[in-house]
Parts: sequence; C-alpha cells; structure tokens
Amino acid sequence: MKFTVDWLKDHLDTKFNNNQIIDKLTNIGLEVESFENSTSELDTFIVAKIINAKTHPNADRLKLCDVDIGSDKTIEVVCGAPNAKNGLLTVYAPPGSIIPKNQMKLSVSKIRGVTSYGMLCSESELLLSNESDGIIELKNNKYENKIGEKYFKNTSEKVIDLSITPNRPDCLGVRGIARDLSAAGAGKLKINKKSNLKYRGNQNINVTIKKEKAQGCTIFGSCLIKGVTNKESPKWLKDKILSLGQKPISAIVDITNYIMFDLNRPLHAYDADKIDNEIIVRSSSKGESFEALDNKKYILENDMCVISDRSGVLGLGGIIGGTRSGTEYSTKNILLESAYFLPRSIRKTSKQLNIDTDAKFRFERGIDPLSIEEGLIKASELIKQICGGEISNLDVKKIENYKKTIINFDPFLFEKTTGFNVENKELIKILEKLGFNVSKNKKILKLVVPSWRPDITQPIDIVEEIVRIKGYEHINTSEPVKTRLKPTLNYYQKLFHFLQRSVASKGYLETVTWSFTDSKINQLFKENDEEIPIVNPISSDLNVLRNSIFPNLIFYLKKNLDRGFKDISLFEIGPSFKGKNPGDQLTVIGAVRAGKVSRLSWNDKERIVDTFDAKKDVIQSLYEAGINKDDIIIDDRTPSYYHPGKSGGVYLNKNEKNALAYFGEIHPNIIKKLDIKTEGLVIFEICLDYIKESKQKIKDLKSEYKFSDFQKSERDFAFIINKNFKSQELVNIIKSVDSKLIKSVRVFDVFEGENIPEGKKSIAVNVTIQSEEKTLNENDLDNINKLIISSVESKSGAKIRS
Amino acid sequence: MSDIKKIKDDYIDKLNTENNIEKVNNIKSELFGKNGIISNEFKKLGSISVEERKKLASDLNNIKDELQNKISIKIQEIETKEINLKLEKEKIDVTLPERNIEIGKIHPVSQVIDEISSIFSEIGFSVEEGPDVENEYNNFTALNTPDNHPARDMHDTFYLDNSKELLLRTHTSPVQVRTMLKGKPPFKIIAPGRTYRSDSDQTHAPMFHQVEGLHIDKNINMGHLKGCLNYFIKEFFEVDKIKMRFRPSHFPFTEPSAEVDIGYEINNGKIVIGEGNKWLEILGCGMVHPNVLKNVNVNPSKYQGYAFGIGIDRLGMLKYGINDLRAFFETDYRWLSHFGFDPLDVPSNYRGLSR
Repeated sequence: MKFTVDWLKDHLDTKFNNNQIIDKLTNIGLEVESFENSTSELDTFIVAKIINAKTHPNADRLKLCDVDIGSDKTIEVVCGAPNAKNGLLTVYAPPGSIIPKNQMKLSVSKIRGVTSYGMLCSESELLLSNESDGIIELKNNKYENKIGEKYFKNTSEKVIDLSITPNRPDCLGVRGIARDLSAAGAGKLKINKKSNLKYRGNQNINVTIKKEKAQGCTIFGSCLIKGVTNKESPKWLKDKILSLGQKPISAIVDITNYIMFDLNRPLHAYDADKIDNEIIVRSSSKGESFEALDNKKYILENDMCVISDRSGVLGLGGIIGGTRSGTEYSTKNILLESAYFLPRSIRKTSKQLNIDTDAKFRFERGIDPLSIEEGLIKASELIKQICGGEISNLDVKKIENYKKTIINFDPFLFEKTTGFNVENKELIKILEKLGFNVSKNKKILKLVVPSWRPDITQPIDIVEEIVRIKGYEHINTSEPVKTRLKPTLNYYQKLFHFLQRSVASKGYLETVTWSFTDSKINQLFKENDEEIPIVNPISSDLNVLRNSIFPNLIFYLKKNLDRGFKDISLFEIGPSFKGKNPGDQLTVIGAVRAGKVSRLSWNDKERIVDTFDAKKDVIQSLYEAGINKDDIIIDDRTPSYYHPGKSGGVYLNKNEKNALAYFGEIHPNIIKKLDIKTEGLVIFEICLDYIKESKQKIKDLKSEYKFSDFQKSERDFAFIINKNFKSQELVNIIKSVDSKLIKSVRVFDVFEGENIPEGKKSIAVNVTIQSEEKTLNENDLDNINKLIISSVESKSGAKIRS
Repeated sequence: MSDIKKIKDDYIDKLNTENNIEKVNNIKSELFGKNGIISNEFKKLGSISVEERKKLASDLNNIKDELQNKISIKIQEIETKEINLKLEKEKIDVTLPERNIEIGKIHPVSQVIDEISSIFSEIGFSVEEGPDVENEYNNFTALNTPDNHPARDMHDTFYLDNSKELLLRTHTSPVQVRTMLKGKPPFKIIAPGRTYRSDSDQTHAPMFHQVEGLHIDKNINMGHLKGCLNYFIKEFFEVDKIKMRFRPSHFPFTEPSAEVDIGYEINNGKIVIGEGNKWLEILGCGMVHPNVLKNVNVNPSKYQGYAFGIGIDRLGMLKYGINDLRAFFETDYRWLSHFGFDPLDVPSNYRGLSR
C-alpha cells in the first residue's frame, strides 16, 4: 500500500514529522517497507570525473575517457566532446538511461571498435540549455565531493510503502491508516465533509441480484451520471495516481482508483450506453466468456459472480471489468457501481482464473459493507467537479442486511494476556478512536465493532488492538521459567545427534540437500517404493520426493568430482520418503566416499577406497551409537542399487526384513548411467528407525567387571574351505567350540590361487584361548585345538591346512 | 701386595684409554675369568697364613671392587657413546607430513539446530518433531487459516495431490498441533526441522529450516514470551546486550502477534549484532490463538501461552557471516569445509555454545 505523507494529511491533522510518522506506523503494526522518492527517469544521471582522457586509437576526434563514477572501478566511455580533459567534472549517463532531449535509451555500444559504457552529457542533451558544443563542465568547489551522486535532485514527494497484513483491509485505504495513527496519538482524524450533492432523477437501469446459492454479491449500489465529458485528470489527481506507481488513464478511471486507495472503497464505472437494458448480478455458467480490461479473454466456470446484462457477461464482480462496457474519452453517460462481494467467492474465482487486481485484493480481505453510499457520493462529486454531468439518485439493492458484531470484553483479559495493565479510561479511548462504540455494563465492556474491521470477532482481537496501539514496548520482560516437563531429547533424537557426529568424525562432510529430487535419478534408488510426485515442483528436475537418501548425494558427489575433487567423503542425515502420507518417512544417514585412501602419501601405500572402508565406518558408528557388537550379523542381502557381489547388510536378526545398515559399492550400471568418473566409490546407509531403543540405561547395562590373570595362549589355524563359505560363519563355529575359553577369533589371512584347489580358499585365523580358572597346560590346549579342527571340519566341510 | 697393586694400576690405566667394548670385556675375563689374574690371586689365599690371608683378602677385595666398578663404568660409558652414535644416525626429517588426516564437518544448519536446542534445553524446553509431509488440516486449518484465508497466499505451498490435501509443510507450526493433540497441557517444546515453500531466488530456497517454540500453561503471558526470546537471542549470538524490538504483526494462529527485530550495524563489511540503528527481522511470534487451542482440545479459558517461529538458516547466516542462503544446499565441498564445524564441537551449556 503506497501513499504520500501529503495524502495522509488529507485525513490526519498531525504535528508529527515524517520520521515520527514512519516510526509510529511500524509500532502499531503497519510495517513500513520503504520510504523513498518515487523513481524518476532522471535518477540515473550522476556526477562524474574524467580521470584520464586519451585519444581514441581509431579516431582522432574521439576520446577514450576513464571516468570515476564513485564506485570501486572507473568506467571507460568514448566521448566526442572537444572539452573532455583530465580532471573535468561532468555528468555521466550509464547504459539504460533515457536521454531527455531525444528520449533515446542508452545501451553499451562499440564506437569505432572500442566499447563505451554509457555517455558523458552536454547541457543540450539534458535540456538544460542549447549548449551542445561540449560536455557539461561542473564547478569544482561545488561538485568535487559529489562524484557518484545523482546530478538531478529528485523533487517528487516521498512515498511510504506499507506491507499490510491480510487481517487489515481497512488499512488498504489512506483513511484507515490515518485512523490508526490518530488512535495511537499521532494526530486527529479529520471529519469527512458533509456532501451537498444534488441528485436529479432516478437510476433507471434496473439492477437485480439473483438469489442463488452461490451468489457472491450481497449489496449492489449504483448511480447514473449523465452528460459527462471524460478527459485527462487534473494535475493533483494525476500526481496521486503516479505516487501509487500507477499510470493515469482518464479522469473517470482515475477517480474510481483514487477513491479505492483513499477510502478502501473499490468502484467500477460502466459506459451506461453500452449496457444492454439492465444489470443482472448472477452466478456464471461454465463456458461463458468475456474480454476483460486486461485485454485477456476469460472463459468462466460455474458459480463465479458476474455482472451481466441481457447480452451476457460484462465483468467479474469485484475482480475485473470488461472491455464491452468500459469507459472511454467519448463516454457520455456513466453507471457507477459500489458493491459488496463476499471474500470467499472473490478468492475462489480469482484463484481459478489466476487474476490479481487491486479490487480483488481488497474484496478478498473484506470491504466495509457500509461504505457503499459514501463511495458513490465521493466519486460522483469528483466526477461532477472534473467532468461535469448530472447525478441520479442512488440505487442500493441488497439481498442481505449487515449485522453488527458485538463483543463483550472483560478488561482483565488484557492484563492476563499481556502481563501489564492499562487503565479502563485509556483502554476505552483507544477503542473509541479506532471506531468502536463502547458501552459499560459493570466490569464488562460492550463493544460494537466498526464495520470496516471484519477481522475482529472475539475478545482476544480486542486485546491485540489495545496492546498494538498502546505499544509493545510496554510489555514487561519476565525472566524465563526454567521448569522442565521432560528430558530435552528422546532416544531417537539422541541417536540422531550421536550418529551425525559419529559419522562426521570419520572424515565425512555433512551436507543438507533437498528433500525432493529428480525422478530420473530417484528411480535408480527407489526399489519397490511408490514414486511421490510433487504436483507443482519448483523445477522439473526436483519433481519427486526422494525415496532414498542417495539420489541427491550422488548427484552432488558427481558435481564435486566435476569440480576436480578426487577424494570425497560426504554424508547427509535426513528423511527418505516411503509413501505420500504424513509419517511415511524414515530418518536415514547416507554416506558416500570416493577416490583413494592415502593419496600422494610419502610413507603409506595409496589404494582405492573399498567396501571394507565403508564397512569399518558403518560398524564403528553403530558401535559408538551403542549397538552391541555381538548382536549384529552381516549378510549379503542388499538393495539392488548396490553391487551384487560387493555389498552387505547389517542385521540384528538373520531373517529380519530390514537391515539397520547397508554398505558396499554402488551397482556399476548406475555409475555408468550417471556418468560418474572416479577411481572408486563406496556408500553406506544407516536407518535410524530400525535401531531399537534399549529399555536399559547405560547404568543398568554395565555388567560386573571380571578379568582373568591366567596365562593366555594364541594358536593359528589355516583352513581350506569352499570359496563361498562366509568367514563370519567360520568364526562363529570356532567360538561355539568353547565360548568360555575362546576369547577371540581373528581372520588374518584370506588366500586363493596357487596351491589352493579350484573353488576353494584358504582362511587363516588366530584364536586366543584363556581360562578364568587356571593356567592351561599343553594337554588342555591340545584338546581344544583338536576340538576346533574337528568342529570346523565337520560343520563347514573345511580341511585344516598342514 | 705390591704386585697386585701394580696390576691394578696397570689395568686402571688400560681401562682409562680403552674405547672398545670387546676389549673391555677381554680385560674383564683376563682379570676375573676362571684363570683370571685376580681370580688366581684369590685362589692363592688358601696357601698362605691366616694372618696374611686376612690382610691380603681385604686388599684383594678392595682391588676387585675398584676394578669391577671401573669396568662397569667403562662399559656404560662406551655403550652410551655407541647408542648416541646410533641414534644420531637414525635421525629422521620430522617436518615430513604426517599420515593423511581425514577431517569431517558438521553442516552449519545442524550446528545451529544443536545450539538452539542447547539454549532452550537450559530453560526447560524439550524437542518435538513432526513429519515433512503434512495434511492440509494440520498445516493450515487447525492453525486458524481456513481455505478462503488470504494468509494462505503468504505460503507458496508444494502439493502432493491435486485435491491439495497432502502437502510439504510450509512451516514447523503443525508440530504444535500434533504435540497438543497427543498430550495434555502444560506444553513446553521446540520443534526444529525442514520446511518448504515453492519459492526460489537469491534469498529464498524451496527448502529451509525453522524452529517452532510453544509454551502453554495457566499463566503464560506476553511478558514471558519477551523474556524467553530475549534470553534466547542473547545466548545465541553470545552477546551481553541485545537490542530487540517487538512489532505488532499478524499471523492467523497467534493473537496478538508480533515480529521481532534485532538491532545491528555494518562494521567493516561485517554485520555486528546487538548494536547500531538498523533493524533486522528475525522471527515471528505471538500468543497462541484461542481458535487453535480449541482445535487441539485445549481449553483456552484455562490455558494460554505463546508460540514462535524462527528461521534457522537465517540465524546461522547472521551469526557466522554466511551471505548466500542457496549455498547451504548446494553441497560444494569447498563451502562445506569452510563453513562446517568440527564434530567434537558439541554445543552445550557447560562447555560453551561455540568455541
């Protein structure tokens, strides 16, 4: 909402200066977006200084000037003026400027092979004099300190631009703003002058508001103005329209616009001679169409509120008029409309047709239903004054009567809500100035809400009015109450926090990527999940919710590889979506690691990252997050986007459907499809939702401390075993031989090839044996060795290597 | 006696000049070996008179001690010398690089969320969450923003179905609704998380982060709201004083509503929070609207309180001098390394919010 201070003063007697007004507006909730001169075409011309003028390499008469325009760098301008010389202060016009003399728009251009950024101006080009022999020479003492500043003073009045919240339609008119300011002590609201308009004759175009279920209009007021001469608006009116940032059109249109912005009362003027017999306000039928004043043809749906005549639709009520009945300079007779349209209907129609107009914006928020006559009278007066003509009696058709909103307000609610007290007397004064009718019934105030405040419906709204006008600075600052109702984080929140930092501590950079992704990448990772398209995506490559954490991670991994990074470790913790209903989402950590380990190290052998790097990171993170080492099982069931041979899942149960985590290489097909160029790429993921909350706290989980001081022995075994036999099972077989004595089993060598039969491999393990009761003698140890060998051989079909 | 004294003196001299450990050992066996000179002297003791024996034995013992002592000192001397010589040769260039360090980082958004949680934890708030996909009711209607309300235009919403029933939450406020529906007052929660609006330019991203706050009890008023936010802002920016301004505004789900500005100034191109004459809008808040309380089965005549919503990304930008919001979500390795935080930097009250 834009207006000038002068316009405000049409309605407000105030001693406040501009800055006080601006502050007051902000303090009462009318946020000031800006307070600036309306822009002028002359704003671009600035004071500049020629730093260096040298001859143009390709033209003796032209000069190449380095010009200081007050910014970091000088600008190079080609200039033909004989007086261009070093140190000269002059006026510079940047590209885009419009030269007053010829109204030409400057662009960056090449003059004899040298690019010129803008131009240095002569007095004649700026219409300052007829002097066109050289560029302007500015006086040193006056302009030396003004380099970079505007040469022309902007004489337009400063415009206040308010951002009006949707609850305040009344402040979409200057008078409403003046009323708020007056309530807040910024002046006195001027009383509207009584009109002494004389009416002649009746409004003889019949108006009917059809009683229909979907009727979007409840009041239609109108009057006829006959014998007008439409013309250009007078200067004062043009200036008002210009200050709004709009273009003046004709007196009649400008007047209706002026009243809309002045009183927040939208009006519409029809050329009465173009109306076919009568006005019918009705709901549209699907397929009806009309050409609107924005020169677009609209095809209507059912139940849109239209103003029509016998020939068809004239316009969409409260939204936009039609060209068929529009006023022109030749218009002689006007039908002026001042109506009330239901916000709901306006909103629905404008959404369906995607139209936004100033009138729509206002009706949608709620126009004062009691402003019908005032609007007609004010506009008619102005039309008569500027365009002449005779005004008919006002004709107001209604299908519904306005009902006053009455609120019984207990002033105690104010203190209860805001924490401070305002005397009843002051409270009543504020409300009365805002337009409330206040009467007292013991402690309770009976308030009649002004008709221009559709937002006020209940006592809490009254609290807001009072505290807003009184000023939020009166609210006391109470020290925060530290009472705690429950622990800050629950188990899964702690887990989130912990795993996030655990993964990062292993060298991964955390990233945050969109929750949506490109369906083309998503489908490589979505497995059996349903695709979740966004109806109105921000772009076609962010068109679905991600079914997996990886599509974006892989996409950005590739971007970083393309930037020239080789060794990249990235992770994200966030949602992956399994369905389109609220809650169909899992919290997942996804990590990617590309390139080499120990690249360019002078003392370590470099190698490509592999599955066991990913496995280490995932397993260690799980341990750190409190998963018991002995509880997990590694299996090779993994989603299809993993390499079928080089990936694994971490399960708590052999037959469980969902793994806690997966790790391994990405399927080579995906790498090929996405054209990822890297030496090595491994990924892992942890699904936090599949980690079960332990019922015991760590204080309950610490078992009794036991240790053995008896000597421990280590024995190495090498078995020849089927190639596909899993080392994890071999380890389990050995452990199960005597879980008390066998303290640990470590695989230290795996070997295939020479001396090993086809289809077999050799696995070497180191077994630590220790008793808690005695030192084992050779005999005891031999027995265990034998047991280990026989168990492994019988359970796995392995043979001990001799 | 004079014989053995001479032997002693000779060997002491020998030992003094000797520098070879083998030769010292040879001397040792020459003197104390099976047929060593001193050993043989001891053997002789048996054949002399008791009187002489006593004297001689005592002398011999002294000489033996002296020589042995000299030998062991000498051996130690030579060994030390040899070790020193050997260590000297082993010297390496310690300025060569260490084995590769792999440095991981926490994203600024995560760090700021942890900072925020830590601050609110200190004054008794707990953390709640809600789903990213919401239904229309929780995101709008329950929050007193019915379908025909123009306030909906302030939220450019991503929809998941044509009937506009399912959407990506446009703010974290639906967590208020979920929290209150599943529990009983009092409520004292914050809810950080991802939020979405179909808006994308230099200062807007289609996804961003908010933290919702909600405190409902019997007597919670706007003074508590002011106190809570004042505390939070001061703690968050780690300054002693904060210039803060509450400005009336409008949100359908709070009444009265306010926007909060903080004072700042630009000093040498850097933003300084808490001073200066410029105002920066950082959050919206207000007293929870009675209609909202009714919608979640809380009796507004018994309970009241405040709610607020803060843009997390923006707070992070201000605190850590990050200019471009879009860069938060572009996964540029250089940016993540530059603005990321060490994983051990866990914001906490006792250790300090940040390093």
